[in-house]
Amino acid sequence: MSNIPENLRYSKDHEWVLVEGENASIGITDYAQHALGDVVYVDMPRVGDKFGTHEAFGSVESVKAVSEVFTPIAGEVTEVNDSLNDTPEKVNSDPYGDAWFIKIKMDKPGEADKMLTGEEYEEYLAANA
Amino acid sequence: MSIKKVTQHPSQNEALIFERSQAGRIGYRLPKLDVVETNIDELLPAELRRDDDLDGVPEVSEVDVVRHFTRISTWNYSIDLGMYPLGSCTMKYNSRLNEKVARIAGFANLHPLAPEEESQGALELIYELQQDLAEITGLPGVSLQPAAGAQGEMTGVMLIRAFLDRRDGDASKDRRVMLIPDSAHGTNPASAALAGFSVKTIRSTAEGLTDMEHLKQVCDEGGVAGLMLTNPNTVGIFETNIKEICATIHASGGLVYMDGANMNALVGIARPGDMGVDVIHLNLHKTFSTPHGGGGPGCGPCLCTSALEPFLPVPRVIKAETPVGSVFSESSSSQSHFRLDFDRPESIGRVKAFYGNFGMMIRALSYIYTHGADGLKEATEAAVLNARYLSHLLQDDFDKPYAADPMHEVVFSHKKQSRKGVHTLDIAKRLIDYGFHPMTIYFPLVVEGAMLIEPTESVGRQDLDAFVEAMKDIDKEAQENPQLVIDAPHSTRIGRLDEASAARKPVLRWKPDQEVSAITA
Amino acid sequence: MRYIPNSPEEREEMLAAIGLASAGELFRSIPQDLQLKRSLDITEALAEPEVIALMEKLAAKNTAAVKPSFLGAGVYSHFSPTIVDHLIQRSEFFTSYTPYQPEISQGTLQYIFEFQTLICQLTGMEVANASMYDGSTAMAEAYLMAQRVTRRDKIVVAETVHPEYREVAKTYTQHGDLKIETASFDEETGRISNLSALDDNTAALVVQSPNFFGCVEDLKALSEKAHAVGALLVVVVTEAISFGLLKSPGECGADIVVGEGQSFGIPMSFGGPHVGLFATREKFVRNMPGRLCGVAYDKNGNRGFVLTLSTREQHIRREKATSNICTNQGLIALAATIYMETMGKKGLQEVAMQNAQKAAYAAKKIASIEGFELPFSAPKFNEFVVRSSNLAEEVLAKLREKKGIIGGLALSRYYPDRPNEFLVCVTETMKKDQIDDLIQSLSVLG
Repeated sequence: MSNIPENLRYSKDHEWVLVEGENASIGITDYAQHALGDVVYVDMPRVGDKFGTHEAFGSVESVKAVSEVFTPIAGEVTEVNDSLNDTPEKVNSDPYGDAWFIKIKMDKPGEADKMLTGEEYEEYLAANA
Repeated sequence: MSIKKVTQHPSQNEALIFERSQAGRIGYRLPKLDVVETNIDELLPAELRRDDDLDGVPEVSEVDVVRHFTRISTWNYSIDLGMYPLGSCTMKYNSRLNEKVARIAGFANLHPLAPEEESQGALELIYELQQDLAEITGLPGVSLQPAAGAQGEMTGVMLIRAFLDRRDGDASKDRRVMLIPDSAHGTNPASAALAGFSVKTIRSTAEGLTDMEHLKQVCDEGGVAGLMLTNPNTVGIFETNIKEICATIHASGGLVYMDGANMNALVGIARPGDMGVDVIHLNLHKTFSTPHGGGGPGCGPCLCTSALEPFLPVPRVIKAETPVGSVFSESSSSQSHFRLDFDRPESIGRVKAFYGNFGMMIRALSYIYTHGADGLKEATEAAVLNARYLSHLLQDDFDKPYAADPMHEVVFSHKKQSRKGVHTLDIAKRLIDYGFHPMTIYFPLVVEGAMLIEPTESVGRQDLDAFVEAMKDIDKEAQENPQLVIDAPHSTRIGRLDEASAARKPVLRWKPDQEVSAITA
Repeated sequence: MRYIPNSPEEREEMLAAIGLASAGELFRSIPQDLQLKRSLDITEALAEPEVIALMEKLAAKNTAAVKPSFLGAGVYSHFSPTIVDHLIQRSEFFTSYTPYQPEISQGTLQYIFEFQTLICQLTGMEVANASMYDGSTAMAEAYLMAQRVTRRDKIVVAETVHPEYREVAKTYTQHGDLKIETASFDEETGRISNLSALDDNTAALVVQSPNFFGCVEDLKALSEKAHAVGALLVVVVTEAISFGLLKSPGECGADIVVGEGQSFGIPMSFGGPHVGLFATREKFVRNMPGRLCGVAYDKNGNRGFVLTLSTREQHIRREKATSNICTNQGLIALAATIYMETMGKKGLQEVAMQNAQKAAYAAKKIASIEGFELPFSAPKFNEFVVRSSNLAEEVLAKLREKKGIIGGLALSRYYPDRPNEFLVCVTETMKKDQIDDLIQSLSVLG
């Protein structure tokens, strides 16, 4: 069974969001990294790029698959995790910790509340995966 | 079965040429310069000249080069060595006769910009091949210019775009959806994108055919520019409803492009033009046996209906009604004359410099002449028979996701073996130990753990039986000793390679300080 | 049919084994009305000697192939060591396919890796791919890559880039949002001159060197101008032999180098198959089209090679791929690799020097003939434009009809406003007496 921390919010595209005040970190879930296999590259946006709700902001690649990553909530990119350039394997080993993808300043604080809770995400996985 | 890995012999451990290089070795000799030398600075000022002494370029003798390439060649599997059943690739025998004729000096030494009057043989050859391919496909417009299948496909889709732009004018912008079945080759959507189309996916039925209801529903939504369809499709089944499929697309105002990758199932038996197809590409390196050469060169002729012909790439090769010579020409009126026609105002343009991969055209025409009409049909029958025979003998041991009779290739899945932890990749690697090149794996994507097997006509019954036996043995191993299969191959000079690390920190060229990395067992 | 192993009797037995009465029944899934009820209208089968005779008869009609020729313009006549064609005909190379199974394709993968390395060394770039169809399509792909990298929509291309290459790039980009503007050249020097189209919406400045007129461009200056507005410099090389003598595009600041590798031991073969070169900076590697081969290790630490970074490609990224290209130019890239390695460091330098020397000798002599001049002053490699006081087409026709010499290419084929000029190419294969013949004939006929 996938690891699904309770303190995060989730999307049906398997992104997670950690809200801290006006800001939020975004990454992909343990389920997603497992489905992709060995991650070899993460394509990131630039600081200052703006994304609406559910826009592709980058992509994550394994040896034989590539998957777009979406913003579950709208905002402006304030930080990107450059360490994933050199160590993309962290997406496999620590998807909820070191392997966050981007931090954004949210356009609409509170938007994350509409996302799935850990429990709901677990149910969603059980029903769809 | 116990197979020992052989890595002792030097031929198994040939280094990179750069690691073999020794300062001062020479592998060539040119005639001495026979003209008066110009001072180098007068020729080219120093700031335009290289000053790195071609650092890193190897220095080796001719013997070094011959041994180097001969040794590394032995690490390759090849058609000449045995059955190479890569589905959708048509790895048939590449005749030496074709190689010989392609090297005739009058072809090999001909410059593409030589005067037409002095290139008549080449133009005639192109024209003859165009005629034969038009007859084989039932589609009269031909361009041999595309360099490979993917380019032929891009050309075909651009013809559709040009036709629609011409027919519909501005309204053409509302017709930009290209329909592609879920079983399609990845080049299809990539080529459609180059022609400015967006892609909608059409589902397949449980029987492995195009879902007619879904197709009609999507056509009803409007905006359909066309359909890109492979037939027989990528699971090896003939689209029985092809006429209805074409009629549906035509009724909605679109055109049908057929991916001719699987023409080896149809030559001499049925013609795409008779089915309602508007445009097709062929792969001379598949159906017409030009060598695959480790991944190229190919040649991807594009053929179309007369309605699409005005849009074909320039120049076209045509037979002139009346000879058009220069003022000095002595050609008599009785001789036919071939020429390049650049005056095609509606053409999509050029897709490649010059006229295509001419060397491949020579080989393909030689293949056609060697077979003749009867031989081509015979080859098709033999190819389909071989696939059907394999399908019949393997269907009890391997999951066959579609019940329909396959044409020239058959798809299985790993369903019966994956329960034991043995997947398609493992089965493929284990086949190597049995002396066969694996089939195409994980394609088409609609079949989980797909194994697509295309034996071609170039395999005899004993080899087919040996292949069947190998597959059955592997199934048995998978059930009884799965680890043996999972760890395969056991017989090669190198084991499975760590592709994830290779992609994370790509090393794409040799550098002098990399020599440490040449670890050998 | 001798290429089909199974005899008719064996085929009967196999049909019986799968429960069919005749070969016709194999095609039951094709509706009757779609089956061809007649024989194809093509020749009946020919025997081996008949095919050879027929092909030789056709080849003999290509009279240009046996005449001394000064044609270049993107396709060149060069000496190719005997072992090149010998080695590429090994079954293991020419009858294998794309290295999908690395364990039994290391021969192919290793030469691709060597090819990539050599192209990096010659171009002065950091990464090169496994090859493209040809130079023209490589250039078209460079346009699209520059657009992806810079997120800008304009290409400024020199008018002195091979006209057929520019046509191909136009075809490839006609349905995208890329605008193409052409930069004209200087009538004195023959080099690109007017860069007014270069602006901060320009994705790339695209130049050829030596250019179509044979003139060597000042790449360093051009790279500074391109980079000043944030554009990439794309350098096109149609004559790969020039790498042996000219400063590498990489050293001059190029961001993408594309070209044609036909000069490396590949027959002219009426325009193909040839081999496209594509090299760039490491930072752009994920935006690059085409196949890439890289180092990988097995679990015992043995070094091998695999196709890598394949998520850029069409079979994975589909309509969002960096290109629709599916293969590379495998066997031709092998021929080029064998050529480069056989010639080696010294050979590549010597052959380049011989080309430059012989062309310079011919150019000087032709310029001294009454009625002929060399219109462009820039330094040249092995090609140069000659201006005649008469129509170039007529001069060349006379040379051909009266002297059996193909004297070059009339520029009017591509530049209709230049009726009196023709392009002359002199490679190392031209002997002094053949060059002297040309000069002698021009002075008599011109």
